[in-house]
Order: sequence, then C-alpha cells, then structure tokens
Amino acid sequence: MASLIAILDLKGKPLIQRSYRDDVPATYVERFLPLCLEMEEEGQQLTPCFSNQGINYMHIRHSNLYLLAMSKRNTNAAEVIIFLHRLVQVLVEYFKELEEESIRDNFVIIYELMDEMMDFGYPQTTESKILQEYITQESYKLEVQVRPPIAVTNAVSWRSEGIRYRKNEVFLDVIESVNLLVNANGNVVRSEILGAVKMKCYLSGMPELRLGLNDKVMFESTGRTSRGKAIEMEDVKFHQCVRLSRFENDRTISFIPPDGEFELMSYRLSTPVKPLIWVEAAVEYHKGSRVEYMVKCKAQFKRRSTANNVEIFVPVPDDADSPKFRASTGSVQYAPDKSAFVWKIKQLAGSREFLMRAHFGLPSVRGEQEVDKRAPIMVKFEIPYFTVSGIQVRYLKIVEKSGYQALPWVRYITQNGDDYSLRTAAEKGSAPIVPM
Amino acid sequence: MSGFTGRQAPRKGENYELSVDLNSEYRDKRKDAIKRVIASMTVGKDVSGLFPDVLKNMQTEDLEQKKLVYLYLMNYAKTQPELVILAVNTFVKDAEDPNPLVRALAIRTMGCLRAEKIIDYLCDPLQKCLRDDDPYVRKTAALCVAKLYDLKPELVMDNGFLEQLKDMVSDPNPMVVANTIAALSDIHFASVAAGTDEALFTIDSSTLQKLLIALNECSEWGRVAILNALARYEAVDERESEHICERVVPQFQHANGSVVLAAIKAIMIHMRGVSGEQFRRTLVRKMAPPLVTLLSSPPEVQWVALRNINLLLQKEPGVLSNEMRVFFCKYNDPLYVKVEKLDIMVRLANEHNIDPLLSELKEYASEVDVDFVRKSVKAIGQAAIKIEEGAERCVNVLLDLIATRVSYVVQEAVVVMKDIFRKYPSQYEGIIPTLCANLDELDEPEAKASLIWIIGEYANKIDNADELLGIFVDTFMEESYPVQLQTLTSVVKLFLRKPETSQGLVQKVLNTATKDCDSPDVRDRAYIYWRLLSTDPGAAKAVILAHRPPISIPRTNVSPALLEELVSEMSTLASVYHKPAGTFIGQGRIGADSMQKREDASDDQFSAQKAFQTVAAGQQAENLLDFDDVPSDQPSGLAATQISTRIPAAANLIAGTSSNPLDDLVSIFGNLGAEQPIPNPASPPNIFGSPPAMQPQQQQNAFSGLGLGGAASPPQITSPPPQQAQKEEDLLGLF
Repeated sequence: MASLIAILDLKGKPLIQRSYRDDVPATYVERFLPLCLEMEEEGQQLTPCFSNQGINYMHIRHSNLYLLAMSKRNTNAAEVIIFLHRLVQVLVEYFKELEEESIRDNFVIIYELMDEMMDFGYPQTTESKILQEYITQESYKLEVQVRPPIAVTNAVSWRSEGIRYRKNEVFLDVIESVNLLVNANGNVVRSEILGAVKMKCYLSGMPELRLGLNDKVMFESTGRTSRGKAIEMEDVKFHQCVRLSRFENDRTISFIPPDGEFELMSYRLSTPVKPLIWVEAAVEYHKGSRVEYMVKCKAQFKRRSTANNVEIFVPVPDDADSPKFRASTGSVQYAPDKSAFVWKIKQLAGSREFLMRAHFGLPSVRGEQEVDKRAPIMVKFEIPYFTVSGIQVRYLKIVEKSGYQALPWVRYITQNGDDYSLRTAAEKGSAPIVPM
Repeated sequence: MSGFTGRQAPRKGENYELSVDLNSEYRDKRKDAIKRVIASMTVGKDVSGLFPDVLKNMQTEDLEQKKLVYLYLMNYAKTQPELVILAVNTFVKDAEDPNPLVRALAIRTMGCLRAEKIIDYLCDPLQKCLRDDDPYVRKTAALCVAKLYDLKPELVMDNGFLEQLKDMVSDPNPMVVANTIAALSDIHFASVAAGTDEALFTIDSSTLQKLLIALNECSEWGRVAILNALARYEAVDERESEHICERVVPQFQHANGSVVLAAIKAIMIHMRGVSGEQFRRTLVRKMAPPLVTLLSSPPEVQWVALRNINLLLQKEPGVLSNEMRVFFCKYNDPLYVKVEKLDIMVRLANEHNIDPLLSELKEYASEVDVDFVRKSVKAIGQAAIKIEEGAERCVNVLLDLIATRVSYVVQEAVVVMKDIFRKYPSQYEGIIPTLCANLDELDEPEAKASLIWIIGEYANKIDNADELLGIFVDTFMEESYPVQLQTLTSVVKLFLRKPETSQGLVQKVLNTATKDCDSPDVRDRAYIYWRLLSTDPGAAKAVILAHRPPISIPRTNVSPALLEELVSEMSTLASVYHKPAGTFIGQGRIGADSMQKREDASDDQFSAQKAFQTVAAGQQAENLLDFDDVPSDQPSGLAATQISTRIPAAANLIAGTSSNPLDDLVSIFGNLGAEQPIPNPASPPNIFGSPPAMQPQQQQNAFSGLGLGGAASPPQITSPPPQQAQKEEDLLGLF
C-alpha cells in the first residue's frame, strides 16, 4: 500500500506525482533526495527502503529516474517495490523509452495510467496489454466512448474475447541464460541456468493450451520412463494464466494464453555448468610504463554448435592509454568508458580456440591511494539451437471449441546471463600463456 | 470571463490566458487549455485560481477531458472546499452513466476528493455502485468504502456499508472479492490504529473457504491481499492449518515475488498450528527454491527478499542450508545487496562450506569499495568465531590480508583478530608478532585499541610489551579516548604480570591520565586502578586479570518473541527493517501499548521487552563484535534494560547510570560477588559448584527465573541472547 507515488529526476525534482491517500503531504517528495544525500554523507548505507520522521520512503532506480513511493504505515514493501517495477514496465511498453522527456510529453496519459493502476494505494490492473485496450494515446473525440474491457475483472483477466486470426500459429522460444563465476584458479564457484519459455501467440477465440516438457518430476510421478534425458527444474515460475493448482497436483502446465507476446514460464537450475566459453587472461604489469595482456578464448561446446556475437570484456586500468591489439580472429576495440577492451567474434565454432594480445601504455606517475579495481572478465554470447539444460518441448496441445488446427513452432537458444564472469588471474608472477 | 468575483485571476499573465481559453466557445481550445492547466499543476505552479473555469468543463462526453478535470479536482478540492459542492451534481450524474468506466471513475474520484462538504453526497451513489451489474464498478466501489471510512467512519457504520462489504466477499467475481478483502483489511487496521477494541473484520471459516477459492482465480495483487488476510485467520484445529498450507503452497510458483513472499508468510504462520514433523519439513523444503529464485529479480526486490530471508533463516536455520553459493556476490550487485548477502553467507556457513566461503570473502577483500571490503574482513572474523573447525583457516586468510599492507584491510583485520583472541584465548599467539609489526600503520582508534588490548592480554608472552605500550604512553594525550582507556588498562595488566619492568610506565600513565586528561572516564578509571594497586594488589589482580567468558555469535539478532512477530509481518517494512512497526511508524499509540500488551501474553516477557528496548536504542547485533569499550558512549537506555533482569539488590547497585565507570566497577563486584555466592535465598542451588566460565549464563537464568516467577527460558549455553553478550561487553570494557 502506497500513499503517494512520484517519478523524480536525478536532482530529486518531481516530474509527476500522484497522491492516493491523504496521510503523506505531497511536499515530502522533495525531501527524498536531500535525505539520501544526508545518509550517504553520514556514511550510512542507502537502501531501497528507509524511514524518516514517521514517513517510509521506498524507491527504485530506472535509468536517470527515481520512482518513489511513500507511506506512513507498516506497508507491504515487497508489493510496493514490485509495483514500481511494474509501473516502469508499463510505461516503457507505452512510450518505448522511459526518461524525463517521455514523461513530460505524455503526462496526461501517465496520470490516466496511475489512476487506473492503483486505487487508494492498492495495485489494480498492471497488465499493459489490457490497459492499452482502454487507455490510448489517440483520443477519439467524437467516436464511441471506450468501455472497460471485460478482461479487467474477468477470471481470465489477461485475454479479451473475440480475437480472430486467419492463420493460427504459436511460436515458442526457449531461452536459457547462463550465470557463472569462475575464480582465479579456474574453478567454477557458482553457476546457474535461468530459463524462460517465451510465447508469441496468434490464436483465435479462447484456446486451451497444454505444454509438455521433459520434466523429470512429472515423469517420475506418472511412472513413465523417459526416452532420452529428463531435466530437473529447481524452481518454476508461471505467468498468471497458468493454473498453479494443476501444476502442483500433476505437473501439468495448462492455460489460456494472453494474446501476442508474453513470458509463459521461467525456471531455474543450479546444476553445475561447465563454462561454455572459457576465457583466461595472463597479465604482465609493468608499473609506470605498460601493461600487456594475452587472452585465450575457447569454445567448450560441441563442434556442431556455433556461438554468435561473442563479446569478451577484459578490464584494464582506468588510466591505460595508447592501445595496441593483435587477434587471431575477430576484432578488438578499446572501450575507455567501461575501462575495458572488447574482443568481438562474430561466429565462434565449437571446440575452437583463439588467442589475442593487447598492449597498453600506463602513466609513469600515479596517486598513492589508487587501488586497482579487480573487475572480472565478462562474456556475452548466443548459441542458437542449443540448451545447456537439455530441456525439450515434447508437445503443445491446442484445443479451441471451433476446432481449428494450429501449428506450434519451437526455437532454442542459450545465451549469457547478467553475470557470466571469470576472475582474472593475479597480475604479477602468473605464468604467461604459451602461444599455440 | 469568470463570474466569480473576488477570486478573479489578474487580467494578464498565464493564468488569465488559460482562463480565457477555458471559457472559449471551441471545444478543442477548451480541452487544450485544460491540458495546459494540468501541465502547470504538474510542474508545481499554483493554478487553484482557475477552479471555477475548469469546473465548467466537467460535463463532457469526452472521457479524456473528464479525467483531466477530475484530476484537477482531486488536487485542489481541499483548497476550494466551498466550490467543490458545484461539482456534486455532475458526479452524481456520472455515477449513473451508462458506461461503467464513467460510473467507476466518478465513484473513485469522489472518494479521493476528501472535502467534508461532498462526503454526504457520496453515500447514495456509493450504495448504488456497490450493487452495480458491472464488476469493474463494484471493485472500485469496494475500495471507496475504505476511503469513506478513512474520512468519516461513522458514515460507513450508519449506512451499513460494512455489512455490505462483508456480503461482497461472496461476490462471484474474484477481482471484486480481492478488492473487498483489501478494503475490509484497510478498515480493520484503521480502526485498530484508532484504538477501538472492536474487531471490524474477523475471518470465520465460511469466509475462509471463499478466500481459498478466490485465491486461485484473481489477479496477482488480489492474491497478495487474500494471502495477507489468510495470514490473519486463526485456524480452529490442526487439520484446518494443514488444509490452508496445502492450498497456499501452489502460490510459490507465481511469477510475482510479492505473491511468493505473502504465501511464505501465510505458511509460516499456519505452520505453527501443525505438529506433524514430516509435513513441516516438506513445507520448509518447498520454500527454498522460490526464495533462491527471488535473487534473480531486480536489485531492489532482491534486497527486500534478502532482508526477509535473513529473518527466515533465524527462524528456520535449515531452510537454505545447501544454497550458500547462490548468495555469492556478483561484481555488479549494488552495495546494499552485497552487504545483505555477506550477512546471509555467514549465517549459512558451516564446517563443510567454509573453504569456498573463505576464498570468496578473500576475493571481496580486494575489491574497491572500502565499506564492502571492511565488512568482508569482518565476515571472516564472524566465520572464525562461529565455526571452530574453520578458525585456523580464517586466521590464515586474515594473515594473507594483513600481508597486502592495504591500510584499511590491515586495520579491520586487527580488529577482527582481537575478537578471535577473545573466542579462542591463547590459541593463535604465534601471529602476535605479525600484528605488532603493523603497529605503525594503524591510525584508526578501533584498530589501535584492539592491538593494545591484545598486547595487554598477552603481555607476559611479548618480550617487548613495555616498549610497544610505551609508544602509546608517550603519545597518550594525542590519542582518542577509546585508545587512552585501552592503553591505561593494558599498561596496568602489563604491570600486574611483569611488575619488575613496567613500574615506571604505569606510574607515568597513571600520572598523565589523572592530571592532564580532560575525559572524566579516563581520569576515573585511572584513579580506580591507582587506588586498587596501592591498597590491595591481590584484589587488583582479581579484578583486572579476571577470567572472561568467550564471546560467541548469537543465532538470532532479535529476541525470540520479536522474531515471531517479524516473521508474521514478512514482506512488510517491519520485516525489512528488522524492527517492530511501533518503532518507525508515526502512531505512537500502536507502538508502546500494543507491544506491552503482546508482552503480557508472551512467555518470553522479559526478552521481548529487552529486545524492544535494544532495538529502540538503535543497537544492532553487529555491535557484538565491536570493541566498544567506551562506557560513556553507551545509550543509557541500554543500561536501563539490564536492570529488569537482575535481583533488586544488584539493581540498586548499578542504578542505571552505567555511563560512570565507578558504577561499572560496582556492578562487576556484584557479579564477582555472585560467583562466590552471595546470600540469595531464591537462587536455584545449581549455581553452586558450577565451573566459573559458565557462571554468567547460569546466573542470568537464575535471575530471570526470579523476575518471571519461575517461567524462565531454558538455558542457552551455545547461543546466549544479545543482552548476554552486551553484559560481557560491559565487563570487558572495564578490564
């Protein structure tokens, strides 16, 4: 429950705000940033929620904006913070980008959305697709007035009735993101697979769908022996359209899908993952003159797969200059804004290995206090037609009362997660990599 | 031009132009003017003067325009109460519009106007809207009742809205049910906050069934409202508790994190009524995966989740026992997330995972952020104290870190080493030379004081202890008070152990401290030592070189009673701050009183009270490991908390003014006295003949037993509650 919600710029000036309850005066919005600065000055840690003089401030950051909610009660912090993220999501879907300018240009519609998404501090409808049906940017002045879509209050609040397509099709994307941390000794310290099944649904009417996966728990509970591999998903999260109680009972994933694009489910596996792309760097650090890097990159997946758009970010000192690169494949660029250089390889075939060298100059004088931040090497990549976990869509059954035939299309892809990092070997004294 | 005299805008400037346009004969121009008015309002300009002009545009077929005028009204109704009345007719008319969107909009906005004059006109349309055919209107009207209650509770009671709401719990539409529950809960809390005893919304078993059905059908936010209501329900028997748990468990799979947390909360509460060990274990096991998944959310959500996980681990230590690695920090995590993760890692540490934990912590200790580095070093110390089997490895990592010679790392490591010495006396003496070698680099009072304490403690094993302490005696007047106090104590310890070499030093330090020092604490302590040494060296030895109980890390950082309360409040701000709601929300009445009430009902009366006071004094569990030996810095509230647990005689002795070291001394004599049992008729006989190291705990149990008339909590030898450690702190402070 929130008494007031505001969007502020980085200087703490409110761009737009909406009060839902009377107990927090609107003027308190302007106290937010000074309070943050004060806390930082006093060496306290700034956290997403804090309390000051009986007012609770809950905030998130989105690009150059603060989204702030305030309350006087012992309110549900998780709900409020997640609502703020949802507000961002809706506004992004409305305006493509959410920034100061798009807020100024669209204040009328943002007011309308804030009015519709929350009432008396309680979140209401936050499905952007449904909102777009009755809150639109174009105002039809003399046409028929819009009415609330039945979906807003329906048990099926995510799909409107009467949808028609000439060709009924469903596209399934199974996307697995790998998060992994390799320490300086080359051991995998932590790894996880975050999977998502995304759908593009172009189906008429109110179709009933059932999705079958090679889910180990289901195989075991139904007593079937699986042909091939079954996977053990540690945690599964579903879009609200999926009937959770049925999944709990017999692991059936059954649902009436929203129209268009949405994320049906996400899952997590913490089975150990071998690094798909292995990168190691040997660093020779000559204080006061130069630093040299030798980077080795190895594709540790099967020969028949290929990784696309591989980008390897290797951190360098902030004050490095005059870069020189030599790579056995791909191209290398210096990215001073990120204090790193980027090795880009368009296509990296399985089981291949490549080397590159980099040379940087260093200033001869340095401040005493400067500590090198030891950022890890980060890797970005995409491997199509491949999943690390081995998840498979066994079937997608589509039943609609008109009895049409619909075609499901499935695509698999594996990519890096938000944290695919390898810690660099300690700089001095580490043995240089022997060239191949 | 506006017809209202006296309120007219000046005939020039922006507002004048707006007022002209608002009265234009062209519809487009008027609408455009309204938009400009709202734009001005948004940037904070005062456009309240245009109220009558805007109001004229309220009656329109154009929905967007209507919304804008309503928005304007919401903002300025309070400043123009006498003019709002003019809007009533349109509102009432709109509430009967054929379009449900307009009906809902009217009733929603009327509830937000908060002008006395208009409220009475709200009741009739609200009555109708609550019975509207369209669920969209009903769900809006349901919340409007809560708005009305907030403004004028008696109107809700007199018009029977409350009964109507209760009937709406059976509404066929799940969204209406969810909003009804939200409204009823809101009203309930408002009435409790206002101090009425009458429970306005109690959930009976027939309501329960409806809630459980609606739970599976309504929107994500509706589920949060329903789960929170379920958490308040008191199950009649164990079977019902089990039933609720079974029905709530599927919500763990929901994509919305607040639904997951609300489900965990409901289950934690209803699990109390379940005795089947197997069933409980299954539930707890099922919690782990969704909790881990919350860590893939945006950082702010992660943080809220981490704070709640931290609480949950105190209540159910086994819940994530195999998952420590998921809490390893990511390089790009914001600092507030990293710090929480550190805390949880230490909680999950055991002898099996200490190695990966240490290599991780060592890695963090070489990062850039000084704060985080310090906390990482501290975490190594906590791990050492928690896991005896791993202590040596921790010490080795600390030595590696000291070898880096990065100033703040070394200082923090020295502070941490002092704690390790307090936990494992005389085990790691071999590293003392390494620590002393870094003496010159220490410039922070805490690090200095720690090293001085170590030197004093092991004075007889350090050959040049007099030399080392001599350095600090020479610069005595330039040091901060904590360092002065510690220097004083350590020199006296040295003297008691090696009188032959340090006579001059002790003379010098006592002289300087009593004559030149401007801190009364330092002076007083010096006088006490002086008199002790001159009158009875034997007593001095008994006091200053007394054996101290080793420190330990408490399993919880809040008292059991408070922990129960916070777990029942999961996902709220209280659980995020780890403080009872009374300490941070404005309504003071809820705070102290309800806390008091709960205590009366609670078994752990005294511990709850103490924890509450501790929390109120802003004391955190981290302080356990702080070397806080400045009695004058201790808030007197803390000192006060000690009183209630002692027998009256001791209470009189320390009289709540422990900021004075003299009293500290007296209180210690009180403790020493208890060790050679003072006549204490009510104390249980087992206090005699127990080994001295166990004494304080037993003693406390004896006293708490007294305080509660026999309802003492079981002895917690392995994990003394925070206040216990606090007392040790005081003891240490003096020596």
